[in-house]
Amino acid sequence: MKLVTRNIGKENSHTLAVAQADGAYSRVAAAIARTPDDIVQEVIKSNLRGLGGAGFPAGRKWSFLPKGSPKPRYLVVNGDEGEPGTVKDKYIMIHDPHLLIEGIIITCWAIQCHKAFIYIRGEYDLPIQRVESAIAEAKGAGILGERVMGHDFALDIVVHRGAGAYICGEETALLESLEGKRGWPRLKPPFPAVEGYQRCPTVVNNIETLSYVPFVIEMGAQAFADLGSERNGGLRMYSVSGRVKKPGVYELPMGTPLRQIIYEHAGGIAGDRKLKAVIPGGSSSPILTPDEIDVPMDFDSLAKIGSMLGSAGIIVFDETVSIPEALLVLSRFYAHESCGQCTPCREGTAWMEKIIHRIIAGDGSAGDADNLVRIARNIIGNTICPLGDAAAMPVISYVTKFRGEFEEWIKRGRPISAREAPITHIGEKMPGRSAVAV
Amino acid sequence: MSTEMSMPEFEQVEHPGPVSWPETARREIDVIFTRYPDKKSATLPVLWLAVKEFGWISPQVEAIAADVLERPLNEIHAVVTFYTMFPKRPLGRHHIQICRNIACWMANAPELLEYFKARLGIHPGEVTADGRFSLEEVECLAYCECAPALRIDNRYEGNLTREKIDQIISEAL
Repeated sequence: MKLVTRNIGKENSHTLAVAQADGAYSRVAAAIARTPDDIVQEVIKSNLRGLGGAGFPAGRKWSFLPKGSPKPRYLVVNGDEGEPGTVKDKYIMIHDPHLLIEGIIITCWAIQCHKAFIYIRGEYDLPIQRVESAIAEAKGAGILGERVMGHDFALDIVVHRGAGAYICGEETALLESLEGKRGWPRLKPPFPAVEGYQRCPTVVNNIETLSYVPFVIEMGAQAFADLGSERNGGLRMYSVSGRVKKPGVYELPMGTPLRQIIYEHAGGIAGDRKLKAVIPGGSSSPILTPDEIDVPMDFDSLAKIGSMLGSAGIIVFDETVSIPEALLVLSRFYAHESCGQCTPCREGTAWMEKIIHRIIAGDGSAGDADNLVRIARNIIGNTICPLGDAAAMPVISYVTKFRGEFEEWIKRGRPISAREAPITHIGEKMPGRSAVAV
Repeated sequence: MSTEMSMPEFEQVEHPGPVSWPETARREIDVIFTRYPDKKSATLPVLWLAVKEFGWISPQVEAIAADVLERPLNEIHAVVTFYTMFPKRPLGRHHIQICRNIACWMANAPELLEYFKARLGIHPGEVTADGRFSLEEVECLAYCECAPALRIDNRYEGNLTREKIDQIISEAL
């Protein structure tokens, strides 16, 4: 069964004519015929979770908007897809932008808001173009505007282009960015539902989350919830990359076992090599070893084994991938993307990168594995936003689960087993950053 | 002496002469303002327009952006230097962003970057002498399913090989 991906591959699926022939906007009338609160309750019952990564129940987030506030309300749609390994939202924006707009309309009705912003990462030229032209088409057809599809309900949608900052995928950094500032996350509370964009009540939801809303209305909450696992309703898009035969995006039920996704849907490990490790939910999630991959891919099951479903960006490592080198790639990323606001994250990410760098360069010292874990533990929980945790969790899990490999590098430099694998550019100075002593 | 980029990425290059918004851009800015409840929120779109008009964001461009947005210059400078996609100096006619993150790294992106450097004779952060290409190493482009991947001008190219890189270079005039 497919829901949000069912139109992918159809010719001109991004145009209004084709989308409408496939049912786009057919659920708007049904939603507007019901009270906003009724729709919120329906979405709560559907167990639709926030699919950007945090997994917060979507309907409950909507229900937190303060009642009776005189301020305008906003819906901000997070299309700043940047979590390494995550490639899903772009498929919806490119192939089915009208489904997204329909989800936005229904959501705006449910939360009684008349203005939505879609924040799309700056590199996404085609998704931006597709979403903008879909909005223009919808306006021309009276689907958006002063009277949404003839109903007494006004809605305007604006596309806002990001400019290259991973941190802006964090909801409060995204709001700062939308307000024309640096993407510096805000301390919560107040949560965006109370004080969001322009200090007005704001709901921030991911592209994929909102694209499932029309199906909740169409199928009913119970039928949607039944598609997934307990407390994790419906389907979701799993991005699979790394050393698999068929990398791509697979829309499958919540709770599909990770093993099934890797070996059945993604065709198994490239070259039929052995599996070494899997990142289950984007680069920030703690890594899993081959004996852990029978886990059902839903938010609660992954939390139970100490990892997270996150954005469901599955990255597969085969036996030839060097774990310390992979961790260097990720630590370099987090050090680059730390916004610099909180000291533990700004300094900690830089130090973790430097230490892993020196281990890879053959200059590691005996205490370095412990140093990495200690620094990571000093970041977790001590920063305004989750980027610090996101940088620290992989470090702790890689070093803990593959300690022997780190020790081997520290003792002897690049091990023979890693020589077949691609090597990271050690010793290469990155532009604009302090040189690393290697 | 290092052949690596000699200029930190936040250092800006000035435009040779004074810059001002053309009339068409002014009209476009007025349209942008209608989309937001305040002018400040229009900062990123106005800076994107500036990149289109002037090629990069120099101190002079920051000044005319601050002027039209009615914001202090330091706030504009803070924004410009925070976001990596706002160029602070002239780029090549074709700007190549090659991904270095996890999926692309596993798919041999480091070797392809070496190939680019050899073919173009430049390092990341530099522009070819003829002004045709500039090269940049970037973090995840969200094209992991087609790794290794790059973004050139306004499009993505994935499943890169040396042959494909040759083709990309020869087709970009």
